[in-house]
Amino acid sequence: MRKRVAGLILAFLSPMSVAQNQVNMSPGVTEIGADIFELHMLIMWICVVIGIAVFAVMFYSIYAHRKSKGHQAAQFHESTKVEVAWTVVPFLILIAMAVPATSTLLEVYDNDEAELDILITGYQWKWKYEYLDESGEPVAFFSNLATPQEEIYNTDQKGDNYLLEVDEPLVLPTNTKVRFLVTANDVIHSWWVPEIAVKRDAIPGFINEAWTRVPEEGIYRGQCTELCGAYHGFMPVEVHAVSRPEFDAWMAAKRGDLTGMTNG
Amino acid sequence: MGDHHHGPAQGISRWLFTTNHKDIGTMYLWFSFAMFLLGGFFAMVIRAELFQPGMQLVEPGFFNQMTTLHGLVMVFGAIMPSFVGLANWLIPMMIGAPDMALPRMNNWSFWILPPAFLMLASTLFMEGGAPAFGWTFYAPLSTTYAAPSVTFFIFAIHVLGVSSIMGSINIIATVMNMRAPGMTYMKMPLFVWTWLITAFLLVAVMPVLAGAVTMMLMDIHFGTSFFSAAGGGDPVLFQHIFWFFGHPEVYIIILPAFGVVSQIIPAFSRKPLFGYASMVYATASIAFLSFVVWAHHMYTVGMPIAGELFFMYATMLIAVPTGVKVFNWISTMWRGALSFETPMLFCIGFLILFTLGGFTGLMLSIAPADFQYHDTYFVVAHFHYVMVAGAVFSMTAAIYYWLPKWCGRMYNETMGKTHFWISFIGFNITFFPQHFVGLAGMPRRIPDYALQFADFNMMSSIGAFIYGASQLLFLYNVVATIVAGKSVSDEKVWDGAEGLEWTVPTPAPYHTFEEPPLVPKPVGTI
Repeated sequence: MRKRVAGLILAFLSPMSVAQNQVNMSPGVTEIGADIFELHMLIMWICVVIGIAVFAVMFYSIYAHRKSKGHQAAQFHESTKVEVAWTVVPFLILIAMAVPATSTLLEVYDNDEAELDILITGYQWKWKYEYLDESGEPVAFFSNLATPQEEIYNTDQKGDNYLLEVDEPLVLPTNTKVRFLVTANDVIHSWWVPEIAVKRDAIPGFINEAWTRVPEEGIYRGQCTELCGAYHGFMPVEVHAVSRPEFDAWMAAKRGDLTGMTNG
Repeated sequence: MGDHHHGPAQGISRWLFTTNHKDIGTMYLWFSFAMFLLGGFFAMVIRAELFQPGMQLVEPGFFNQMTTLHGLVMVFGAIMPSFVGLANWLIPMMIGAPDMALPRMNNWSFWILPPAFLMLASTLFMEGGAPAFGWTFYAPLSTTYAAPSVTFFIFAIHVLGVSSIMGSINIIATVMNMRAPGMTYMKMPLFVWTWLITAFLLVAVMPVLAGAVTMMLMDIHFGTSFFSAAGGGDPVLFQHIFWFFGHPEVYIIILPAFGVVSQIIPAFSRKPLFGYASMVYATASIAFLSFVVWAHHMYTVGMPIAGELFFMYATMLIAVPTGVKVFNWISTMWRGALSFETPMLFCIGFLILFTLGGFTGLMLSIAPADFQYHDTYFVVAHFHYVMVAGAVFSMTAAIYYWLPKWCGRMYNETMGKTHFWISFIGFNITFFPQHFVGLAGMPRRIPDYALQFADFNMMSSIGAFIYGASQLLFLYNVVATIVAGKSVSDEKVWDGAEGLEWTVPTPAPYHTFEEPPLVPKPVGTI
């Protein structure tokens, strides 16, 4: 039990751990992810401080001003001064929060000068990825849940990446500004990968934009976050970030498959 | 009550044809409690399925029906009618009126509710199942891709809307026209104020909801394409319309709760409400702001940045009047003579947990951070803190507080306090861990989840079963009080209670204030 508690505290202190029982947002691997994480922590700590102050007053009152201890009720019920104070001070705190929030939002919306465009289309219940920026036939494929039914229906041992694994992941080059164009073919979906801090709704008839620049190679997992029907919980996102040469080789192989298919 | 001419009719016709505000209030309260148990049952199914990873009890499609019906029944069947019931009982007694202004409409606005919910519940047994698109019913999932039962859902929503609008018009007419002489607006109890403002919100936004579902009906049956991109329509338009209703809706739920807490805290602090006037202005400001913040539910739909910034700033502003309210309640307690009977315990529980929900609300208002929070369990935790620990806790406090006045019998205090502690602990075990799984990346409305969320989900489910069971204790306590509680006959059941409803005999006779009362002088009293 003590180990468990210690583990929880550790998990709280080191938000990088994606392990069991994570209790906080992950700063992820991208710059924007880190900015959002800092913003989240800033607002949270401001709330914690205000909360402690407010509840301290309340609990002191509960302790000291109880009838059972014979406390006599005062009869004051108005003070314009304090009313003005607790209107103005929170307002100033809000302005202090709005400044970093605005600048982070501007960053998120900076979709210009992408080096690679990928069209993401949501389907009931899978994702389709199309690489748009190369000339010629675009590389395109579907990405389906890879977790077998036996695991879902408890007749087989669940794997480590239960419900977060796909048959064909999205492959991205590292240190490259990638723009996602997000849309849907049937109902509204939402494409989310927490570790790269991208969440955009995929809406039929609309093309939304989002971007990322992944600095580290690795596998990043996410899920659909807009209710899209019965199997909404079963359309994960899996992103593999690889070095540029590795990406180029993967792309060439994909293209080869494609030409192989058209020629054959 | 010696006067036979004014007593209630006997048998079923008393309830079917009644125009008495107390009878109608009672029916609203029992109906909403029944709906609370039904919606709670759906929640238990949800939590049982989420007890462990993997699909065990239900299929994913049915799971979605459960989340949808849980939300609809709790919002439209449990919370809203319960506060209308409270308004029926209390507003005439608080402003010194003999009854509601439009008693026949009052009867009608209640009696169309049960058929509407029967119709909604019957969809469970239809081919294709009940609505499974979430209580927010985003198009096109709720139109082109919905089960045929959606038409019954649309009709049920229409009837609920009609009921709410009639109820609201009644409340507005009553408050504006039937106040006892001397009961000026700025002397009205805060519960009456919050309901007056809520009624205006309802009249303003229920027609918008009706418009949304009517457009859905047209899309489904008459070949229009309001929300279908294939026909040149706009799925995002649906969300704008829905949330233009939906955001004021959440204040429709919480403002009367604020009113209740503003009555009860002063009573058990034995001290007038601090900052009465600022409470009224804060309530009005919240109501006004509620109309200009709707798109904070839609930060990820791809709005232009100017839109994001506007809705972010406007939403953050709501923290100011809400903060004023919390500060005023605490100042009311400050240097009072506090005692902790069950209603006060639920109000303190409300104060702590609603404030936590307010903090997470402020976090959610920050658009860039919301990109990580949106549609995760963090949101689920947030709105259950404000809806359950906000609205439901204050409603529970209200029942314990006014029940002795209504039926002339005292509830069992030990059982009441036990109910509070089990509820408070069960609630937090249920919903506090949901902040964690949400931040760690668990989306809402999923029937199965990745393994790293397993422990906290199990904890959540255990808490939910505890919280659910504690409501049966509440039911037992209320029934036992009505049937065999200890008699009370003091007009003022609570020594610190203030207001006209405490000047009539206990139990409150069938008709009160047939002659307008004298309104006590001092301004600023509760």
